[in-house]
Amino acid sequence: MSERERGALVLIVEDEAPMRRFIRAALTARGHRVLEAARITEALTVITSHHPDLVLLDLGLPDGDGIELTRQVREWSQVPIIVLSARGREDDKVTALDAGADDYLTKPFGIDELLARIRVSLRHAQRGEGGAAPQRLELGELRLELARREVFRGEEELHLTPIEYKLLVLLATNAGKVLTHRQILNEIWGPGHAHQTHYVRVHMLELRKKIEREPARPKLLVTEPGVGYRLRDRG
Amino acid sequence: MVEDVERPDPDVLLRQMQEEAVRQRRGKLKIFFGFAPGVGKTYRMLQVARDLLVDQQLDVVVGVVEDHRRPETAQLAMGLERIPPREVSYRGRVLQEFDLDAALARKPQLLLLDELAHTNAPESRNAKRWQDAEELLDAGIDVLTTMNVQHVESLNDVVAQITGIQVRETVPDSVLDEADALELVDIAPEELLSRLAEGKVYLPAQAQRAAQHFFRRGNLLALRELSLRRTAQRVGGDVLGYREAHGVTATWAAGERILVCVGPAPSSARLVRAAARMAAGLRCPWVAASVEVSPARPLGEVGQARLEAHLRLAESLGGTLSRLSGPSVHQAILAYARRHNVTRLIIGKPTHPRLWDRLRGSLLEELVRGSGDIEVHVISGSEEAALAPAPLTRAPPRRSAYGGAALIVGVSTLATLLMQRALSPPDLEMLFLLGVMAVAVWLGRGPAILAAALSVASYDFFFVEPVLSFSASDRSYLLTFSMMFAVGVVMSALAGRLRRQQQEAMSREERTAALYELTRELASTRTVPEIAAIAARHAIAAFGGRAVVLCLEPSGALRPVAAAPPEASLEPRELTSARWASDHGAVVGLGTDTLAGGQALIAALAVGDARLGALALLPPEGRPLTLDQRALFDVICRQTAAALDRARLAEEARQAEVRARTEELRSSLLSSVSHDLRTPLGTITGAATSLRDAGDLSPTTRRELLESIVDEAERLERLVGNLLDMTRLDAGGLELTREWVPLDELIGSALTRMERRLGERPITVALAEDVPLVHVELVLFEQVLINLLENAVKYTPDGSPLRFTARREGEGVRIELRDAGPGLPAGEEARVFEKFVRGSQAGPSGAGLGLAICRAIVEAHGGKIHAENLPEGGACFVVALPIGGAPPPVELPGVAP
Repeated sequence: MSERERGALVLIVEDEAPMRRFIRAALTARGHRVLEAARITEALTVITSHHPDLVLLDLGLPDGDGIELTRQVREWSQVPIIVLSARGREDDKVTALDAGADDYLTKPFGIDELLARIRVSLRHAQRGEGGAAPQRLELGELRLELARREVFRGEEELHLTPIEYKLLVLLATNAGKVLTHRQILNEIWGPGHAHQTHYVRVHMLELRKKIEREPARPKLLVTEPGVGYRLRDRG
Repeated sequence: MVEDVERPDPDVLLRQMQEEAVRQRRGKLKIFFGFAPGVGKTYRMLQVARDLLVDQQLDVVVGVVEDHRRPETAQLAMGLERIPPREVSYRGRVLQEFDLDAALARKPQLLLLDELAHTNAPESRNAKRWQDAEELLDAGIDVLTTMNVQHVESLNDVVAQITGIQVRETVPDSVLDEADALELVDIAPEELLSRLAEGKVYLPAQAQRAAQHFFRRGNLLALRELSLRRTAQRVGGDVLGYREAHGVTATWAAGERILVCVGPAPSSARLVRAAARMAAGLRCPWVAASVEVSPARPLGEVGQARLEAHLRLAESLGGTLSRLSGPSVHQAILAYARRHNVTRLIIGKPTHPRLWDRLRGSLLEELVRGSGDIEVHVISGSEEAALAPAPLTRAPPRRSAYGGAALIVGVSTLATLLMQRALSPPDLEMLFLLGVMAVAVWLGRGPAILAAALSVASYDFFFVEPVLSFSASDRSYLLTFSMMFAVGVVMSALAGRLRRQQQEAMSREERTAALYELTRELASTRTVPEIAAIAARHAIAAFGGRAVVLCLEPSGALRPVAAAPPEASLEPRELTSARWASDHGAVVGLGTDTLAGGQALIAALAVGDARLGALALLPPEGRPLTLDQRALFDVICRQTAAALDRARLAEEARQAEVRARTEELRSSLLSSVSHDLRTPLGTITGAATSLRDAGDLSPTTRRELLESIVDEAERLERLVGNLLDMTRLDAGGLELTREWVPLDELIGSALTRMERRLGERPITVALAEDVPLVHVELVLFEQVLINLLENAVKYTPDGSPLRFTARREGEGVRIELRDAGPGLPAGEEARVFEKFVRGSQAGPSGAGLGLAICRAIVEAHGGKIHAENLPEGGACFVVALPIGGAPPPVELPGVAP
């Protein structure tokens, strides 16, 4: 665990004071520093002035749309943004993710879940700065040898089709993060197939059959209903 | 109170009231009726209009007024608002036509529409102006109009007989009879003649000569009498109507019914008109019957077309049509007449020589003999009836058929030469006849006659002394030759008829089979697109060409739903026609009088007052349907409409049920929710305040309190989630955003979300190999599985196994969740899916919404859910889900490795 993951500067954009209070308490207890904003305009000012390491953004704010804020911030900053929203608003989540948000959390959420997401986002942000692409990725008992294009589960080599391999690499490099169907389609098939989500589903099904011990009860490659897929990084 | 002794017949009164009701919504029609051009109808109409404008302040607009450059008339029309005419270019000329739509949009109280008998320019919506007037009346606009006696349909041929001029622009008698007022505009013929001489009567240049013939004193006197009589008949009708309404003893011969025999002969048109007149005089129904004798002697195409024209005429004059068949014409007619209480029979005077009757029996005589108390009217027909349509030429046999005939004769000659030794002369002749017969059967009549002639020649040349010459030494061979030829010709005729009969029988059988097939297919479908597709397919199977079925959506939009072939579509103009047809419940387009311009025949699909859509047929080469085909087309339309109506009613019933269920929910919601929301809130508040206020709690107690807060909060969250789902589902009009999803993923995702609550339960998932993608709204359908799992967790012991299975079943997928719990209490298998019903066994509480939500979601997807107890113990929840169409292909082209 790096320095940043332990003591990051986190901006909470949330209009409900009790919610802010609970998050603040949880984060400061783990050594993070916390900034707070209740409105979009406020949030923009704080982001430009304080350069937080991470933003927790509630989508339903009184003075505007969190998705719009995400778009604006993404024009000049790569600060990780985690979107908070209620169940049943899957479309909003997808829009926010496609607009550049890094991940999302469905309210109500437990504090351990929040901390895990923050950890993953901070790690990915750091890796993005780090530059050099890794030669090998390890996720639980999965091992990807990127240079040789080989995949192992334990000692056993898995035989993936080119598409499955590309999917797995994409998910693994974003391990712990959610990827929307559109993002996956864009990366693997290129733009222009944004609505053919069933392609993704069918290939994911095949991939899952190969990498999961019990494909019907996936532990690793999980579906985020209505949003996309996530490769869990804790296996 | 009144001297009238009889009470009004209730049926008659009811009819009157209904007519009254229609009339009140409809505009009123007044016709200025004259006996010849120039009597002053237009002038009189304008006078009346001016009076109404001044006296009653009516909103009067001129639609059409033909002032024919008469200054007095023009002056009267001045100052009245006019609907600007529509300009139509036709064959290079620009015609000025009445703009019906502009008039309907303007919607004045009173509209002047001169010349009711006018024929509109082609491409107009209605073929005739009187149809325009009907639309105006339907729209509640009063109409003043003019017409002359020679334009009355039923008097058309009488006028032609008097004046020698056939008038083609006619108005049905019903328009005249149903007009609210008829005003006769009459002047003495002498005065008319003198006005003509002064040049006060406008005559088109090209009609000058005919007009001179027309405006003879004798003619005018006769026409005037006709117009007076027609007006009197109309007035008589009014009186009769009044009498019926007021219970004065009816004077009409009750139960009169007229039957007119219609055939292909041109004189039949006259019979039809006579029957219509007689029926109008007697105010009784009438039937035009055509008889098909079996075995049928096929009519030529010309005859067929003429017969259809006559039947159409009868229909337009208000008669009913009946097609009879029987062993002979008179038997069929008399049988029908007796069955239907016909009192008068109208038949044409025979025109054929008497010898014909001797040979084949006289229809007239048979009818009169068998008629009993039925009156038989014999009416002469004028042969130069104007109705005969352009003769249709039958495709002549191809030249190759004649070649074939020659070839076959050649072969029979060769065969005869070879067998000359073995056979005697009569057998040789037979061989030739055999050839002729073969030609007649295979190649048709013309070639058969050629074959007969060639056979005679060949026989003479090769086999009759002197051989190899066309002369014959023995005179008796002449008889042989002529008999050979005659036999050949007769045989060819017989063979030809046989062939035609066979073809007809086949086509009739095909039609019956097609209808049967249509009915059968329609009966087995329930969705609108399927019904539409079946109708379109059958329409082109029956008529060829292209067909499009349009359905009326609840929004009122008319949308093409199915087409055959699938790429067929309608032009904007045809769509407009379809809209009109659908709105008016009419048949328009090709071969009709309304909107006849296009290539499509369009019929409204309607059942009673319910407008469902339209069926458009574009026959091959834009050829109008024959009357027979029209009848078939009507049947197809009716069947389709009935099927669509059934689908609509089913849908309405379904919606009503959904609404009823929503109501039911709302009422039970309040009572149940308040309790279920407060219970966890109470626990949370209690635990939290203890933590805050109570001083020294043991670490164990603190932990217990905290856990109860978390558990109850989670329970609250689930409850709220369920309530939100239920509200969304019950709001009605739920639009599913369906996606194609592998079932494995749905189950996997649900299990992942339930991971923590399922704990270490053994769970098996067994999906059959052939389970396809399902077409569902992912988030909702996952909720079904989650709720089923939650239910299982709630009601089965911890650690007991669960088993998911799925397999194909018919056109759908059957998903099962089996548990090893105590099973459902007997009798509760169906009740558990109702709202706010909780399992009666002990278990954690909940609002009892989970399974109700499952049912609502599954049903929104068109599926079914039920529960049953397993014989080996435990419960089984079964979701049957239709697949919902063909899954899309899953291979994406062009993926870079």
